[in-house]
Amino acid sequence: MTLEVILFYAFALLAIGSALLVVSLKNLARALFLFFIVLFAMAGLYLFALADFVAITQILIYVGGVLILMIFAFMLSNKELLADLQNTSKQFLSLPNWQAAVLAIGFLAAISYGIYEWQDFTPDWITTNLRNGQVIKPTDNTINEIGYKFITQYVLAFEVISIFLLMVLIGAAHISRREEQA
Amino acid sequence: MITLTHCLVVSACIFCIGLYAVLAKRNAIMVLVGIELMINAAILNFVAFGKYDESNYGGQIFALFAIVLAAAAVAVGLAIILNVYRKNKTINLDDITDLRD
Repeated sequence: MTLEVILFYAFALLAIGSALLVVSLKNLARALFLFFIVLFAMAGLYLFALADFVAITQILIYVGGVLILMIFAFMLSNKELLADLQNTSKQFLSLPNWQAAVLAIGFLAAISYGIYEWQDFTPDWITTNLRNGQVIKPTDNTINEIGYKFITQYVLAFEVISIFLLMVLIGAAHISRREEQA
Repeated sequence: MITLTHCLVVSACIFCIGLYAVLAKRNAIMVLVGIELMINAAILNFVAFGKYDESNYGGQIFALFAIVLAAAAVAVGLAIILNVYRKNKTINLDDITDLRD
């Protein structure tokens, strides 16, 4: 066991364990703050795929933006929101929870079986790139490369997503605006 | 050595936990958190596969696009949830059954 593997398992356990806690806690505020930890652990996992820029973006956008937005929305709404949450079900596993757990575990079994079967059939492009040494190396300057790719190869998608983001900002501001009393 | 399968298994677990949150939770904010978990699992898959594609960097760039899309989804989703709360005084998804008042 090298340090790399130990760190990977630590991050994976942190992510999966806190994600399990997020869905099992009854307290919404605690669940949201645990979601924080899940996002940090996922950013750590991206580093093992040599995606440092994606990991930093994840921390900036998710932890800095999305989570603050969620906590904001949670604090803006009333105390009834909390009460509403707590009287949903007293038992540990009520009927809908039980059905959802069966579905989720069945899905996990299906995906795991797929991964297990797929293991021996690596796609051609991966084997070709591995043979030619065209895989991302830890010494590569990924931020430079991503910057070049954004304004050359993927410029159309970049522009489309810029317009989309503008539309979303205007739309969100429009939806959440308080209506005038008629 | 971290192989592709390691990342795929972790992302499968996170995806299924998100699926459980979407199916079982009655609080709209928790459903949104479940959707975020599923998107994060997809992003992990993107970067894990993107590691083997140095000429295009497709995985990392589309992971960035996915992060932007998720942020946009959260912004609009929370705006809608706040509006629904203002109208119905609840965000319990079992009670919200009307499309118009």
